Amino acid sequence: MSFRTPLGRARGLGSARLGTGHWLAQRITAVALIPLSLWFVMSVMIYMRADYATVSIWLHSPVVSVLLVLLLATLYYHAFLGLQVVIEDYVHDEWLKVSTLMLIKFMCVLLAAAGIFATLRVAFGG
Amino acid sequence: MATDNRPLSPHIGIYRWQISMVMSILHRLTGVWLSLGTVALIYWLIAVAAGPDAYAAAHTLFGSWFGQILMWTWAFSLFYHLCNGIRHLFWDAGQGFEIRTFYISGYGVWIISTVLTVLAILFVYMHGSPP
Repeated sequence: MSFRTPLGRARGLGSARLGTGHWLAQRITAVALIPLSLWFVMSVMIYMRADYATVSIWLHSPVVSVLLVLLLATLYYHAFLGLQVVIEDYVHDEWLKVSTLMLIKFMCVLLAAAGIFATLRVAFGG
Repeated sequence: MATDNRPLSPHIGIYRWQISMVMSILHRLTGVWLSLGTVALIYWLIAVAAGPDAYAAAHTLFGSWFGQILMWTWAFSLFYHLCNGIRHLFWDAGQGFEIRTFYISGYGVWIISTVLTVLAILFVYMHGSPP
Protein backbone atom coordinates (compact mmCIF):
# COMPACT_ATOMS: atom_id res chain seq x y z
CA MET A 1 0.00 0.00 0.00
CA SER A 2 1.43 3.28 -1.06
CA PHE A 3 0.22 6.63 0.16
CA ARG A 4 1.78 8.46 -2.75
CA THR A 5 -0.54 10.04 -5.27
CA PRO A 6 -0.59 8.71 -8.87
CA LEU A 7 1.03 11.96 -9.99
CA GLY A 8 3.78 11.55 -7.41
CA ARG A 9 4.49 8.00 -8.61
CA ALA A 10 4.54 9.02 -12.27
CA ARG A 11 6.83 11.99 -11.76
CA GLY A 12 10.36 11.34 -12.82
CA LEU A 13 9.47 8.16 -14.72
CA GLY A 14 8.43 9.90 -17.90
CA SER A 15 10.42 11.38 -20.70
CA ALA A 16 14.01 12.09 -19.83
CA ARG A 17 14.00 14.44 -22.83
CA LEU A 18 16.73 12.33 -24.39
CA GLY A 19 14.64 10.34 -26.87
CA THR A 20 14.95 12.70 -29.84
CA GLY A 21 18.70 13.06 -29.38
CA HIS A 22 19.11 9.27 -29.23
CA TRP A 23 16.96 8.76 -32.32
CA LEU A 24 18.81 11.45 -34.30
CA ALA A 25 22.26 10.21 -33.25
CA GLN A 26 21.34 6.69 -34.37
CA ARG A 27 20.28 8.00 -37.81
CA ILE A 28 23.24 10.34 -38.26
CA THR A 29 25.74 7.59 -37.38
CA ALA A 30 23.82 5.25 -39.71
CA VAL A 31 24.19 7.67 -42.62
CA ALA A 32 27.90 8.13 -41.86
CA LEU A 33 28.37 4.36 -41.70
CA ILE A 34 27.01 3.80 -45.24
CA PRO A 35 30.18 5.01 -47.03
CA LEU A 36 32.49 3.99 -44.16
CA SER A 37 31.23 0.40 -44.01
CA LEU A 38 31.25 0.04 -47.81
CA TRP A 39 34.89 1.19 -47.83
CA PHE A 40 35.64 -1.17 -44.94
CA VAL A 41 34.05 -4.22 -46.59
CA MET A 42 35.96 -3.62 -49.82
CA SER A 43 39.20 -3.25 -47.87
CA VAL A 44 38.58 -6.48 -45.94
CA MET A 45 37.82 -8.28 -49.21
CA ILE A 46 41.11 -7.11 -50.69
CA TYR A 47 43.34 -7.54 -47.61
CA MET A 48 41.63 -10.47 -45.89
CA ARG A 49 44.20 -12.98 -47.03
CA ALA A 50 47.18 -10.66 -47.47
CA ASP A 51 50.48 -11.14 -45.65
CA TYR A 52 51.81 -8.96 -42.83
CA ALA A 53 53.94 -6.65 -45.00
CA THR A 54 51.04 -5.82 -47.37
CA VAL A 55 48.60 -5.14 -44.53
CA SER A 56 51.18 -3.08 -42.64
CA ILE A 57 51.86 -0.86 -45.66
CA TRP A 58 48.12 -0.45 -46.21
CA LEU A 59 47.57 0.58 -42.56
CA HIS A 60 50.46 3.07 -42.75
CA SER A 61 48.56 5.20 -45.25
CA PRO A 62 47.14 8.38 -43.67
CA VAL A 63 43.85 8.07 -45.55
CA VAL A 64 43.35 4.53 -44.29
CA SER A 65 44.22 5.50 -40.69
CA VAL A 66 41.83 8.44 -40.65
CA LEU A 67 39.01 6.42 -42.21
CA LEU A 68 39.58 3.56 -39.76
CA VAL A 69 39.53 5.90 -36.74
CA LEU A 70 36.31 7.48 -38.03
CA LEU A 71 34.82 4.04 -38.70
CA LEU A 72 35.66 2.76 -35.20
CA ALA A 73 34.32 5.85 -33.42
CA THR A 74 31.10 5.94 -35.47
CA LEU A 75 30.62 2.17 -35.37
CA TYR A 76 30.85 1.89 -31.58
CA TYR A 77 28.61 4.90 -31.06
CA HIS A 78 26.03 3.35 -33.39
CA ALA A 79 26.46 -0.11 -31.84
CA PHE A 80 25.94 1.23 -28.32
CA LEU A 81 22.79 3.13 -29.31
CA GLY A 82 21.38 0.00 -30.98
CA LEU A 83 22.31 -2.41 -28.20
CA GLN A 84 20.88 0.03 -25.65
CA VAL A 85 17.46 -0.11 -27.34
CA VAL A 86 17.55 -3.91 -27.49
CA ILE A 87 18.42 -4.15 -23.77
CA GLU A 88 15.77 -1.59 -22.82
CA ASP A 89 13.15 -3.52 -24.80
CA TYR A 90 13.86 -7.00 -23.46
CA VAL A 91 15.45 -6.65 -20.01
CA HIS A 92 12.85 -5.55 -17.52
CA ASP A 93 14.64 -6.07 -14.23
CA GLU A 94 15.91 -2.60 -13.32
CA TRP A 95 19.18 -3.72 -11.72
CA LEU A 96 20.02 -6.13 -14.52
CA LYS A 97 19.09 -3.54 -17.14
CA VAL A 98 21.19 -0.72 -15.67
CA SER A 99 24.21 -2.96 -15.04
CA THR A 100 24.02 -4.52 -18.54
CA LEU A 101 23.78 -1.08 -20.14
CA MET A 102 26.77 0.11 -18.14
CA LEU A 103 28.77 -3.00 -19.04
CA ILE A 104 27.97 -2.59 -22.76
CA LYS A 105 28.92 1.08 -22.63
CA PHE A 106 32.25 0.26 -20.97
CA MET A 107 32.92 -2.51 -23.51
CA CYS A 108 32.15 -0.21 -26.47
CA VAL A 109 34.48 2.51 -25.16
CA LEU A 110 37.21 -0.02 -24.33
CA LEU A 111 37.06 -1.71 -27.75
CA ALA A 112 36.95 1.62 -29.59
CA ALA A 113 39.94 2.92 -27.62
CA ALA A 114 41.91 -0.29 -28.21
CA GLY A 115 41.13 -0.30 -31.93
CA ILE A 116 41.96 3.37 -32.41
CA PHE A 117 45.20 2.96 -30.43
CA ALA A 118 46.25 -0.05 -32.53
CA THR A 119 45.45 1.85 -35.75
CA LEU A 120 47.47 4.90 -34.68
CA ARG A 121 50.35 2.76 -33.47
CA VAL A 122 50.70 1.22 -36.91
CA ALA A 123 50.15 4.61 -38.57
CA PHE A 124 52.91 6.26 -36.58
CA GLY A 125 55.27 3.39 -37.29
CA GLY A 126 55.00 1.15 -34.22
CA MET B 1 6.35 1.49 -13.38
CA ALA B 2 3.64 3.98 -12.63
CA THR B 3 0.65 1.65 -13.07
CA ASP B 4 0.42 -2.15 -13.01
CA ASN B 5 -2.22 -4.47 -14.49
CA ARG B 6 -3.02 -2.36 -17.50
CA PRO B 7 -4.51 -4.18 -20.49
CA LEU B 8 -1.83 -5.29 -22.94
CA SER B 9 -2.03 -5.50 -26.70
CA PRO B 10 -1.87 -9.07 -28.10
CA HIS B 11 1.63 -10.43 -27.80
CA ILE B 12 3.71 -11.93 -30.64
CA GLY B 13 2.39 -15.46 -29.98
CA ILE B 14 -0.90 -14.83 -31.75
CA TYR B 15 0.45 -13.22 -34.91
CA ARG B 16 1.01 -15.05 -38.18
CA TRP B 17 4.65 -14.84 -39.24
CA GLN B 18 5.17 -12.37 -42.06
CA ILE B 19 8.09 -10.72 -43.83
CA SER B 20 7.85 -7.46 -41.89
CA MET B 21 8.35 -9.20 -38.53
CA VAL B 22 11.09 -11.49 -39.80
CA MET B 23 13.00 -8.58 -41.33
CA SER B 24 12.64 -6.41 -38.24
CA ILE B 25 13.85 -9.19 -35.92
CA LEU B 26 16.71 -10.01 -38.28
CA HIS B 27 17.73 -6.35 -38.38
CA ARG B 28 18.23 -6.47 -34.62
CA LEU B 29 19.90 -9.89 -34.67
CA THR B 30 22.36 -8.86 -37.38
CA GLY B 31 23.07 -5.66 -35.44
CA VAL B 32 23.87 -7.62 -32.27
CA TRP B 33 25.91 -10.16 -34.25
CA LEU B 34 27.90 -7.39 -35.95
CA SER B 35 28.58 -5.78 -32.56
CA LEU B 36 30.12 -9.08 -31.45
CA GLY B 37 32.01 -9.24 -34.74
CA THR B 38 33.74 -5.94 -33.99
CA VAL B 39 35.72 -7.83 -31.32
CA ALA B 40 37.32 -9.82 -34.16
CA LEU B 41 38.14 -6.57 -35.97
CA ILE B 42 39.81 -5.13 -32.86
CA TYR B 43 41.74 -8.38 -32.37
CA TRP B 44 42.93 -8.17 -35.99
CA LEU B 45 44.03 -4.52 -35.62
CA ILE B 46 45.89 -5.28 -32.38
CA ALA B 47 47.55 -8.26 -34.10
CA VAL B 48 48.81 -6.00 -36.91
CA ALA B 49 50.09 -3.48 -34.35
CA ALA B 50 51.75 -6.22 -32.27
CA GLY B 51 53.91 -7.46 -35.16
CA PRO B 52 54.39 -10.33 -37.62
CA ASP B 53 54.06 -13.20 -35.10
CA ALA B 54 50.77 -12.00 -33.64
CA TYR B 55 49.53 -11.27 -37.18
CA ALA B 56 50.43 -14.78 -38.31
CA ALA B 57 48.37 -16.24 -35.43
CA ALA B 58 45.39 -14.07 -36.33
CA HIS B 59 45.86 -14.95 -40.00
CA THR B 60 45.72 -18.69 -39.21
CA LEU B 61 42.64 -18.21 -37.03
CA PHE B 62 40.72 -16.20 -39.64
CA GLY B 63 41.92 -18.55 -42.37
CA SER B 64 40.56 -21.67 -40.63
CA TRP B 65 37.21 -23.09 -41.76
CA PHE B 66 35.70 -21.85 -38.50
CA GLY B 67 37.10 -18.35 -39.03
CA GLN B 68 35.92 -18.31 -42.63
CA ILE B 69 32.37 -19.28 -41.68
CA LEU B 70 32.28 -16.54 -39.04
CA MET B 71 33.57 -14.01 -41.59
CA TRP B 72 30.82 -14.89 -44.07
CA THR B 73 28.08 -14.68 -41.45
CA TRP B 74 29.41 -11.21 -40.58
CA ALA B 75 29.57 -10.29 -44.26
CA PHE B 76 25.93 -11.27 -44.79
CA SER B 77 24.93 -9.53 -41.54
CA LEU B 78 26.66 -6.33 -42.62
CA PHE B 79 25.10 -6.32 -46.11
CA TYR B 80 21.67 -7.10 -44.66
CA HIS B 81 21.92 -4.50 -41.89
CA LEU B 82 23.26 -1.93 -44.38
CA CYS B 83 20.51 -2.53 -46.99
CA ASN B 84 17.70 -2.78 -44.46
CA GLY B 85 19.15 0.22 -42.62
CA ILE B 86 18.85 2.29 -45.81
CA ARG B 87 15.25 1.04 -46.03
CA HIS B 88 14.71 2.29 -42.48
CA LEU B 89 16.17 5.70 -43.38
CA PHE B 90 13.64 6.01 -46.22
CA TRP B 91 10.83 5.23 -43.77
CA ASP B 92 12.24 7.86 -41.40
CA ALA B 93 11.96 10.33 -44.28
CA GLY B 94 8.31 9.28 -44.70
CA GLN B 95 8.87 7.28 -47.90
CA GLY B 96 8.09 3.71 -48.89
CA PHE B 97 5.10 2.90 -46.65
CA GLU B 98 2.78 1.80 -49.48
CA ILE B 99 2.18 -1.94 -49.05
CA ARG B 100 3.51 -2.74 -52.53
CA THR B 101 6.69 -0.65 -52.06
CA PHE B 102 7.13 -2.12 -48.59
CA TYR B 103 7.15 -5.68 -49.93
CA ILE B 104 9.31 -4.86 -52.95
CA SER B 105 11.95 -3.13 -50.80
CA GLY B 106 11.78 -5.99 -48.28
CA TYR B 107 12.42 -8.73 -50.84
CA GLY B 108 14.93 -6.39 -52.51
CA VAL B 109 16.98 -6.26 -49.30
CA TRP B 110 17.05 -10.09 -49.19
CA ILE B 111 18.10 -10.38 -52.82
CA ILE B 112 20.72 -7.61 -52.76
CA SER B 113 22.34 -8.72 -49.49
CA THR B 114 22.48 -12.34 -50.65
CA VAL B 115 23.94 -11.39 -54.05
CA LEU B 116 26.53 -9.07 -52.42
CA THR B 117 27.57 -11.84 -50.00
CA VAL B 118 28.00 -14.34 -52.85
CA LEU B 119 29.95 -11.78 -54.92
CA ALA B 120 32.19 -11.02 -51.92
CA ILE B 121 32.91 -14.74 -51.40
CA LEU B 122 33.68 -15.22 -55.11
CA PHE B 123 35.94 -12.15 -55.12
CA VAL B 124 37.93 -13.22 -52.06
CA TYR B 125 38.48 -16.80 -53.23
CA MET B 126 39.28 -15.94 -56.82
CA HIS B 127 41.44 -12.88 -56.16
CA GLY B 128 44.76 -12.80 -54.38
CA SER B 129 46.93 -15.45 -52.81
CA PRO B 130 45.64 -18.18 -50.48
CA PRO B 131 46.50 -17.79 -46.80
